[in-house]
This record gives sequence, structure tokens and C-alpha cells, in this order.
Amino acid sequence: MMYVLIVFLPLLAALLAGLGGRQLGDRGSQIVTCGAVGTSAILSWVALLQVAFGNAPVSVELFTWIASGDFNVSWSLRIDSLTAVMLVVVNTVSALVHIYSVGYMSHDPHKPRFMAYLSLFTFAMLMLVTSDNLLQMYFGWEGVGLASYLLIGFWYKKPTANAAAIKAFVVNRVGDFGFALGIMGIFYVFGSISFDTIFAAAPDQVGNTFNFLGLEVDILTTLCLLLFLGAMGKSAQLGLHTWLPDAMEGPTPVSALIHAATMVTAGVFMVARLSPVFEYSPDALAVVTVVGASTALFAATVGLVQNDIKRVIAYSTCSQLGYMFFAIGVGAYPVAIFHLFTHAFFKALLFLGSGSVIHAVSDEQDMRKMGGLFRHIKITYVMMFIGTLALTGVPFFAGYYSKDAVIEAAFAAGSGVGQYAFWCGVGAAVLTAFYSWRLMFMTFHGTPRADKEVMSHVHESPFVMLFPLYVLAVGAVFAGWFFYPYMVGEHHVAFWGDAIVMLESNQIMEQFHHVPGWVIAAPLVAGVVGLLVSWNMYIRRPDIPVQLAKTHSALYQFLLNKWYFDELYDFLFVRPSRWLGTQFWNIGDTRIIDGLGPNGIAARVVDLAKRAALLQSGYVYHYAFAMLIGVALFVSYFFFAGGH
Amino acid sequence: MADWNILSIVTFLPLVGALLILLTGGKEEVAARNARQVALWTTLITFGLSLTIWAGFDNSNPGFQFVEKAEWLGGGINYHMGVDGISMLFIILTTFLMPLCVLASWNAITTRVREYMIAFLIMETLMVGVFCALDMVLFYLFFEAGLIPMFLIIGIWGGANRVYASFKFFLYTLLGSVLMLVAMITMYFIVGTTDIPTLMAYNFDVDLQYWLWLAFFASFAVKVPMWPVHTWLPDAHVQAPTAGSVILAGVLLKMGGYGFLRFSIPMFPVGSEFFTPFVFALSVVAIIYTSLVALVQKDMKKLIAYSSVAHMGFITIGIFTFTQQGLEGGILQMLSHGIVSGALFLCVGVIYDRMHTREIARYGGLVHRMPKYALIFMVFTMATIGLPGTSGFVGEFLILIGTYQVSTWTAFLATTGVILGAAYSLWLYRRVVFGEMVNEDLKDILDVNKRELAIFVPLIVVAMWMGIYPDPFLDVMHAAVGNLMEQHQLAIEASQSSLHAAK
Repeated sequence: MMYVLIVFLPLLAALLAGLGGRQLGDRGSQIVTCGAVGTSAILSWVALLQVAFGNAPVSVELFTWIASGDFNVSWSLRIDSLTAVMLVVVNTVSALVHIYSVGYMSHDPHKPRFMAYLSLFTFAMLMLVTSDNLLQMYFGWEGVGLASYLLIGFWYKKPTANAAAIKAFVVNRVGDFGFALGIMGIFYVFGSISFDTIFAAAPDQVGNTFNFLGLEVDILTTLCLLLFLGAMGKSAQLGLHTWLPDAMEGPTPVSALIHAATMVTAGVFMVARLSPVFEYSPDALAVVTVVGASTALFAATVGLVQNDIKRVIAYSTCSQLGYMFFAIGVGAYPVAIFHLFTHAFFKALLFLGSGSVIHAVSDEQDMRKMGGLFRHIKITYVMMFIGTLALTGVPFFAGYYSKDAVIEAAFAAGSGVGQYAFWCGVGAAVLTAFYSWRLMFMTFHGTPRADKEVMSHVHESPFVMLFPLYVLAVGAVFAGWFFYPYMVGEHHVAFWGDAIVMLESNQIMEQFHHVPGWVIAAPLVAGVVGLLVSWNMYIRRPDIPVQLAKTHSALYQFLLNKWYFDELYDFLFVRPSRWLGTQFWNIGDTRIIDGLGPNGIAARVVDLAKRAALLQSGYVYHYAFAMLIGVALFVSYFFFAGGH
Repeated sequence: MADWNILSIVTFLPLVGALLILLTGGKEEVAARNARQVALWTTLITFGLSLTIWAGFDNSNPGFQFVEKAEWLGGGINYHMGVDGISMLFIILTTFLMPLCVLASWNAITTRVREYMIAFLIMETLMVGVFCALDMVLFYLFFEAGLIPMFLIIGIWGGANRVYASFKFFLYTLLGSVLMLVAMITMYFIVGTTDIPTLMAYNFDVDLQYWLWLAFFASFAVKVPMWPVHTWLPDAHVQAPTAGSVILAGVLLKMGGYGFLRFSIPMFPVGSEFFTPFVFALSVVAIIYTSLVALVQKDMKKLIAYSSVAHMGFITIGIFTFTQQGLEGGILQMLSHGIVSGALFLCVGVIYDRMHTREIARYGGLVHRMPKYALIFMVFTMATIGLPGTSGFVGEFLILIGTYQVSTWTAFLATTGVILGAAYSLWLYRRVVFGEMVNEDLKDILDVNKRELAIFVPLIVVAMWMGIYPDPFLDVMHAAVGNLMEQHQLAIEASQSSLHAAK
């Protein structure tokens, strides 16, 4: 019952606020949604205690969804340790974001709609993480996509917001294309899409092949890669990442909830959930590692030069998701989920903090027009500072435990791709420290670059916005230290139970505790180097960045334009589709099919009709019609009567 | 129940309504009001009665139920009616959509209201008849006669270019049905009866099956419509009045798919099997080609019409997989498409009634003035995209699951339609509903009124119901579809073994 409440309270709130927003009023819908999601959040922590610490996985079947032949799916909830951790992450961050939004959106005329969308998102995300089969997961998957689409485009007057919303949905659909094919393939091979059946049968399929698109391919590797395509779309991995930075068009609380802490981690969750299948496909895991590591590094390079405060954090998210994926790729699923867990706290903190900054400087997001803000918004500054410390992996903050574990696990894997991931991870750690401190320095330090008008209005945010920051800051400081022993340390086997399956041969959870000293030191050194360079460039000698951008303008432009991915896709996919569509329509349909078919005949009919019209008056087509029908009836009657 | 003749009552009740309208005269205004009322009540009562068919339907019986049989023309031509798990829900779909169509035409039609309502009621009789008929002659009569009211609806109450559209519609469909007629006559000469169940059990000579299959295909492919005989549909939709489009997309297109299920597959199993790659190829082309074309349309109705062709492509694929999931998905998708595309045309109708244009560029920013409309349109946009939880998803996914077992290439290519579908639908929605309100004349546009709400709410409820709990719909189909597959399998095996024996 409690689990049903956790999942369906947000849905109820969404319906109430969405359909009855006018009756409830602004305040009413805020209370309903915050109350419902807040309750879910508290219950989620109870669930974590019961399920993960008490080792009592639960499953609740609701009712049949689709049943056709052998294909059987039910709506059901499955709560094990992995789900419980996700429940805590999703509901905690969501509840805090709900509260924060009360303050952040206080000037917006559409508060009930916004709150309803947030709750709807929460519901879809909960359906995703509690699913016990692939199809319900797909339901949640697309549901969060819908909520994300609605929230990115929340300010529907802005053409850029609308474009970003559509882009997010369509790019995600490309990933879902793989996900859907993966589900079909799983059903084809296993005859079921429920996790228990798949997991039990996966070992038997090792080394088997099947025919896919005319090729004889390894079953598990193919299926894993198809599913991973879905994960890449949702988690904005290299190639399908283009939607995430644009998604920053949405209101900042949305960025914190959906595009940092929860939805974008769904891909990581999915692969971890499917660990009993991925474990049997080393090739697929190798791909996951390479994609993750490349994304970690790529996104960090782009993050170096962005000027929009939210875009910097967005690329940072993209990069951190890369870390999680390569941790999974080397087989360290618990480490990935641990990083997902801590990341949710400090990244949500950074986003909400930046929202507080944006709120203070009259909705300005360009860091070039900020600077010197720390005197005016001290609390926000401290909160952002904590977030930055956690993100850059300063000892004893949350990120230190999880990110270092990720990097060490990559090294401990000992494989080629593991080495690649290790060096990408260390490189990205330098860049992360650099862009994070650059953000801090450009925003809060130096001389104010905003105009007097704006500066005079700079003010600290109200308590309703600061309170969520405090809670998240506590998480950003302690979540790593407290949960380390349970999630990846000595108790991890008991904590995860059967939720994550690792093969006998996969000893990475043991090995990563025993890496050489220099590997442990590497991320730390990386963090310090990034900090020093950043300090040098933005505090000591602020003229250096300008110089560098001039002397290396090609490189600078390349990074500033995000490696030209958008332009490339526009050239490869968007334009050809439109061109083809126009050609098919004008030439295919109009000229060829209609020209040869009906219009050709119609032209003849019209010719005849014109001649007939000379003889008769009235509506020609009525006559023609009557005639044709008459002929048809006559012919049919004749034949049937003849047969008799 | 059988002696109650429920099928005949549901079929011919609308005709009684039409007669009533014909008898009531009076001043034009009064007559129009009466005609509307009579049409609404007739369709509502018909819908109510049709639900008793569903209530009394035995899900476990794979054969025909509520059978009525009477001597008619002689020579093995009988008045034979009955429904099975494949046809029954189409009757419900038809009777469900009709009252909504009448409501949608309430104020939109101002000229010749009586004639318009009569045409619609006759149309209903003919459509329900198609799904009930168990005799080829009866089927053919209903099937072909359905053309006439639709032709008139487009030709008289249609848009500016209605004559061209109605002719195109008529030419296409007639050409196909002439071939079907020839095939039917051939079958009659061979078997000596036009009784559909008898013909389903008859084993036609394999060589002949190919020809008969092609002849029927010509008629059904036009109705579906499949690429490349689809070009009548966009024109017909654009010119038809809103309710005409709803019926066209909601029910008339389904007759093609139904025809495949009732005739092609059970009667010509070897032919069906042989031509499956051909059907897959045409369907895949339809999905990708028409999706791309939909992407560049400037007229709302044309865009939705093209998207219909793409969706119907999924359905033909599903039907020809001969798997339980594919067939049931195909039927469910037909029902869902009937609801969703019908609703989308109604959505266009709402703003067309206010602005008298279908051009996408003339709109934009409607959400500011019409929040309820924006929500309704969003629900159906998501349903047409196939978002899980809406009816569009269940059918589409079952079809793809079935397809994957037969041909991964077909499944792969068809799935790309899912991406394109999202692109053109969201792009349409964005241009019409979102953005700034630029056009001055939109500034005082009104949101949906109570009458329109009464149209949309049942549609939303059904679309969500089919998406979240489709079991009641699927349960109806299981037995009949299972039987169809079994018979098909047996026939294929028999023909193969006889082939071996011949060698």
C-alpha cells in the first residue's frame, strides 16, 4: 500500500492541479503538489530503510496491461534496493524542487500548470524506476519524455523554448527507437519481457546468435546495444546529447530536477537494472565504457568555454553521466549508482543555486554580465561553493567518494577500454575543476559587469528557495561519506542484494579498493590543477582568456559551437528529410501518381463531360455519377441473375 | 438473443431516423432543428443498442454470433448477418463516432441540413452493414453503396475544390471495386454460393488464389489506402466537412483492413502468404514516404491525412504478419486510429469553424486564448505519436512485436516511422498552438464550448482507456484471431504437403 501511495500520490496531485487548477487557485495547487510529493519523499526514505537496509524486496501487481497470445504485461511495482535508492533520489529532489518552485515561479501567471507538470513528471519517473518489466519502463521512459517536453516548452511564447522542446522529444525518440527494437528482440528471444524471466534465461543465451537485419549476430550483444541506444538518448551521451544543452530553455527548477538529478540518469538506471543481461555481453559493456568515457571528456571540453551559466552546468551533467556509464562499462554497477546518488544532490544544488543567482540578477544567464555577486548574495554563494567542492571532488565532500571510486574502478578493470576510460576520467576531472571554478569566479568574484540598474536590484532569494538549498547542501556534504560503506564499501553485497547481478569473474568491487597510490591521488591532483589554472586565468590575470580565444580562435570557435554537432545533424538529417518530403509530395504524389492515375483519367472524363455538357444542361457530375453507378448495378445484377 | 435480430435493428435503425427526417417538413429553420435532434437521438439510441451486442458477446466463441439468415435473392444468395471477434468492435466504433459527428455538424452545417443528416444516417446503416454482412452480395452492396453518401457529403457540403476531390475519391474506389466484383462473380461460379463462412472454408485452387487475392487487394488497398493509391485521401479530407473527415478516417478506411481480415486472409491463405513481402514493402514505403510528406504540409487536414496513410501502413503490416500480436495489434490500431484521427479532425474542425481556414501559418499561439483546446489537442497529438498510456501505443507496439518475429527489416524500417511521427505531429502542434499570437483576427477566438467538450470528453476517455487497460478490447479478439491464425496455418501446411505430393 505504501508503495502504491509513493507512486500514485504525485499522479493524483498532477491531475488535481492540472485539471482543477482554476478551482484550487495558485496556492491550493502548490499545497496539493508539494504535499503529495513531500509525502512520497518521506515514504521513500522509509522504503529505503525497509527494502535496502532490511533486505526485503517487494513486488505489487496492479492489473493486466496488454495480453495478446504469449505477450503478457501487467502494471506492477517492483521495489528492491536499486529501486529504493532511485525512489529516494527522485522523490527527495522532486519534493525540494516543488518547494523551490513556489518561490522561483512566484511571478509566473501559470503556477498550477507548472506544478502539475512537475508532479506528472515525478509520477512518470516513479513508474520508470518501479517497473518490473521492460514495457512499463518504456511507459515511464516516454512519460518523462512528455513531461520534459512540456516543461522545456513551458514558456511557450519563446520560439527557442518550443524548438528546444521538440528537439528534446525527437532526439529522445531516436534513442527510443533502439529501446523499442531491443524490447521486441527480447520478446522474440526470451518469449517474455518481464525482468525475472529475462534474467533467469539470460545465461542460456550466451554465445547464441540470431538473424537481425539479414546478419547473423550475437543475441545478447545486439540486444544490449539496442537497449543502450535508448539509454544514450535519455542520458544525453555522445551523439544523442544535443538536446540537453538546449533543454536549458526550460525554467531552472526543471533543469535541476529533470535535466540533472533524475530523468537524465534513467539511462544509467536502465543499464544497471539490466545488469544480469549486460554482464553476459562483454562487447556491449566495452561499447558502454567507450561511449561513457568519450562523453565525459567531450562534454567537459565544451563546458570550458560556455558563457551561459546553466549551459556550463548542463555540459557538466552530460560529462558526469559519462562517468556513470563507464563505471557500468567496467562492471562496477554499484559505483555508478553511487555516483548517480551523490551527483543528484550536488548537481541539483548547483542548478537551484544558479537559479537563485539568475533570480537575483533579473533573469540574466550570461556570466559575462555577472561578477562580484558574492557580497550581495552570500548564502547562495556559500551553497554554490559547497556544490562546487562536491563536484570537483574535494576530499570528504560527496563527489570525492563517488567520483574517485569511478575513476579507480576504471583503472582496476585492467582492460584496454578501462585504461581509456581512466585517462578520459582524469582528463575530464581537470576540465571539470577548471570550468566549475571558472563559473564561480566569473559569477561571484571580480568586478561587477552587470549594469547599475541590475546591480541595485540584486537580492538574496526568499527562504522558500533557500530551504531546498540547505537540504541539498547537507546531501552534498554527507551523502558520500555516509553511504560509501553501504553502496560500494564493505556492506555493498548485503545492501544491493539481488538487485544488481555481477558474475563470479567480475571482482571489480573488490579490486578497485586496491589500486596503486598514484591512481588514488590522480583525481585529487587533477582537481587542484584545474582550480589553479582557473584561478590564474579568471582572478589573477583576467586578460588571459581573451588572449587565448584570439590566438586559438579556431579551437575556441570549435568548442564554443559544441563541436558543430547541431550543424552536422541539420545537414545530415533535418534538411534531407524536408527536401525528401517536398520531393515526394510534389513529384511523387502530384506529378507521378496523380498525373498518371486519377488526373489523367479525370482529364479524359472532363473532356467527355464537356462534350456531354454541350448536349445536356445541369450538373454534369451528377449525370456521370448516376451513369457509373447504374452501370455497376446493372452489371452486378446481370451476372448474379445469370448465375441463378 | 438470436431471434431478437439485434444486428438488423442496429443496422437499419438509422434508416428509420432518416425516414423520419424525410417526413418532417416545415419551415427551413424548424426543419433543420428537427433534423438535428432526430439525427442525434437516432445515433445515440443506435449506439446504446449496439452496446448490447458487446454485452451479449461471447468472448470464447471463435465463430459468428447473433447470426441471422433468411432467403433473399435465391441461388445461394441469402440475407446473412453475424459478427465475430474481428468485426464486432468496428460496429461499436461506428455507432460511437456517429453521435459525435452529428454534434460536430450542429452549427457548422447551415445549408440543406435535412439532406445532410439523412446522408449521414444512411451512411451509418451502410457502414454497420458492411461489418455485419456474411454474404458477399450483401457485403458488396453495403460496401459500394457507402460510396454514394460520402460522395455527396464531399461533393455538396465540401470545400472550394470539392468536385475534384469527390471525383477523385469516386474514381479510385470504383476502379478497385470493379475488380473485386469480377473476383466475387468468379468465386460464385466456382463455389455456387455467396455465403462468406462457406467460402472461408472452401479451398480455392492455388493458382486462382493469386488472381483472386490481387483483385480483392485492388479494392481494399484503395480503401486503406496503401501507397501508391493513397492520393485521393488528402484531397478528400481537405475538401470534406469535418464530420465527413471523421467518418472517412474513422470508419471508411477501416473497411480496407477489415476486408483483408474477412476475405483475403481466410479465403486465399496461399495468396496472402505469397504476397506478404509485397504488402510489407508497400506499407514500409507508405510509412516513411508519407511521414516525410506530412512533415512539409502547410494545410492541417492534409498533414493529418498523410499521417493517416502512415498509420494505416502499420496496420497492413500487422495484419500480414499472421501472428497473434500483429493481428490483434492491427485490429486495435484500427480502432485506436478511428478514435484518434477522428478526434484530430474534430480538433481541426473546432478552429476551422471559427477562422474558416486550415492553413497552419494562419494560426499560432492559440494556447493563450484556448487553454482547454490546447490540452485536448495535446492529448490527441500524443495519442497519434503513440505515447504509452494512450491507445496509439498499444496497437502500434503489438504490431511491431508481431512484425519483429517475422521480419526484422520490416520492424526496423517501420519503427523509424515512430521518430518521424513525433516530428511532424509536434511540429504541427507547435505552429498552431504555441508561440506568440501574431494574427490580429485570432485575438478574440473563443475556447471550446460545452457542445464541443461533450464531443471530446468521450473520445479522450476511450483513447486513454484503450491505452491503459485494453484488455476488454483484446479479449473480444483472442478467440477469433486465434481461429484465423489456426486456419491460415492449416491451409498453408496443406498446400505445401500437396505440393510435395505432386512432386
